[in-house]
Amino acid sequence: MRIEWLLALRFLKEGRAQTFFMLGGVTMGVGVIVFLTSLITGLQRSIIEKTLGTQAHVVMRPPDDEARRIIMPDSARAVSANVERRAQRLSSILQWQQIMRELEKRPEVTAVSPLVAGPSFAIRGSATKSVALMGIDPEKYTRIVPMSSFMKEGEFRITANDAAIGTDLARDLGVTLGDKIRLQTADGRSETITVAGIFDVGIRDLNRRWVFITLRSAQNLLDLVGGVSSIDVTVRDLFKADAIGEQLAQQTGLTAESWMKTNAQLMVGLKSQSASSYMIQFFVIISVAFGITSVLVVSVIQKSREVGILRAMGCSRKRIRHIFLLQGGLVGLSGSLFGSGLGALLVTFFASTAKNPDGTPIFPVVLEPGMFLVAAGVATVTGILAAAAPAVRAAKLDPVVAIRNV
Amino acid sequence: MSDISNIIQLTDVRKVYGNDGITTEVLHGIDLTLQQGEFTALIGPSGSGKSTLLNIIGLLEQSTSGIIQVQGRETGALSDEELTLLRGRSIGFVFQFHHLIPAFSALENVMMPLMLEAGRPLAAQRERATALLTRVGLADRLDFKPAKLSGGQQQRVAIARALAANPPLILADEPTGNLDTASADEIFKLLYEVNQESGTTFLIVTHDPRLAHRCRRVVELVDGRIVV
Repeated sequence: MRIEWLLALRFLKEGRAQTFFMLGGVTMGVGVIVFLTSLITGLQRSIIEKTLGTQAHVVMRPPDDEARRIIMPDSARAVSANVERRAQRLSSILQWQQIMRELEKRPEVTAVSPLVAGPSFAIRGSATKSVALMGIDPEKYTRIVPMSSFMKEGEFRITANDAAIGTDLARDLGVTLGDKIRLQTADGRSETITVAGIFDVGIRDLNRRWVFITLRSAQNLLDLVGGVSSIDVTVRDLFKADAIGEQLAQQTGLTAESWMKTNAQLMVGLKSQSASSYMIQFFVIISVAFGITSVLVVSVIQKSREVGILRAMGCSRKRIRHIFLLQGGLVGLSGSLFGSGLGALLVTFFASTAKNPDGTPIFPVVLEPGMFLVAAGVATVTGILAAAAPAVRAAKLDPVVAIRNV
Repeated sequence: MSDISNIIQLTDVRKVYGNDGITTEVLHGIDLTLQQGEFTALIGPSGSGKSTLLNIIGLLEQSTSGIIQVQGRETGALSDEELTLLRGRSIGFVFQFHHLIPAFSALENVMMPLMLEAGRPLAAQRERATALLTRVGLADRLDFKPAKLSGGQQQRVAIARALAANPPLILADEPTGNLDTASADEIFKLLYEVNQESGTTFLIVTHDPRLAHRCRRVVELVDGRIVV
């Protein structure tokens, strides 16, 4: 062990109460940071999971129809015209099979699924409900939205005859498994399906409106033969959905909407939550640093005689400085170990008390090794920085004065 | 005219305290040479500049003017870092109040100058420190913390520590000033014996004329001037 380490450790051991208070400060600071970080990470993750449980990360759609002008203005003549925006028809993505193959090849894309979506009515007896037709390829779609896990009754079996509807629609229409429903669109096309599964995705509006049928049935009903209205995409890193979406849009000429854009409000909420948590952490770090500094300043004054003796015996100023910097760093590092334990304990306890009415935890506890490493790093650096002023002060001590002042 | 057998050579050394306004000249042109193996007492009334002179010789304080040579090497142009290194190698200190480091055992205190020089503790240092503590009669107190030792014992540890790096010069500032007569005699005897055995040069500041007379050379300082 180098002599600086030996001296730093021995000084820390000797100054029992002071070391205890510094360690306590760092422990609590790191504890709060670990607790806050894992709490907020857990909460945000569960919110995002719930939101994205029923959404694709990126939805690719054909570009909007534009009104084409017959007379264009030029330098020779002005044109007075009122160009109205076109009503957007349900249109198909051109060459969607080829686009899907291209998308599937990209490494950041984990799943791709075609969708034919459009409005319709669900009719049973005298009840008529407005619904959203979801024409899908069940095998591909379940890789984007895990419908099987949402099933309340029956199974997510989508065939030419079988369809899946939500619990609220089932109640509104008074149907159970095996019952038949007629789907009819505004222009009179209709088809009869059998309810093979009833799902609950946790969002009432979707439970009331979604009707899952095959791609082909939806194409027939919505007069989109051979086409699809959008392509759902999931990506590996969901926080890069926006950027990836833009790349995909450029590559394919389609428009891309990421979940971040769709849920802009949520993103703002998450971001300000993170920002306020960083703010709190920042001030916790600052106050821990102040604590270390003030204790070490006192310790330098108390140790000035020892510093003087060491200087007389051939200990350089640099070494004196290192001894006190090391004390700060060691307190930071060991405090962060205790603090990580404390934080983990707190968050586990908190998670065990915060439960939904049905007994499931409100949020999953997120304790990642990376977070502890960051906490240890930040605490060590904070300790060293906090020790800087006392260390410089100790190094500047005049050995003659330091020895005299018994 | 530097001679290698001159451990310390001071030429016209002055020390002035205070810069603007009131200045006090504490040392007025000191010329002093300490040769290898000398056992010298530095006496003088309080305020005569003894401690300042000792600190300047010990490279703990800078003189205002004059030349200080340690083993023929001029110190005036050396940086703080170089002075520290030279001090660690060439000069051992024994202070009035023992000044051991309380957090370390007697053995570790004696090892300290060696550890500082080598940068880390080594087995050889432990052996040397044990031998030195045995020499000063503390073989059975190696692992005692300073607080558990008597004043005389602490001063023995301090002497062992001053000897650890085998410096050519040991400066002792009132080494017996804080001890009863019997302990003081013993400590003085120990210093004298070490001088005889190892040929280490000693400069001992003392108030005690009885001890001063037992030294082979006496330098008396009055009002910042050497009078004998």
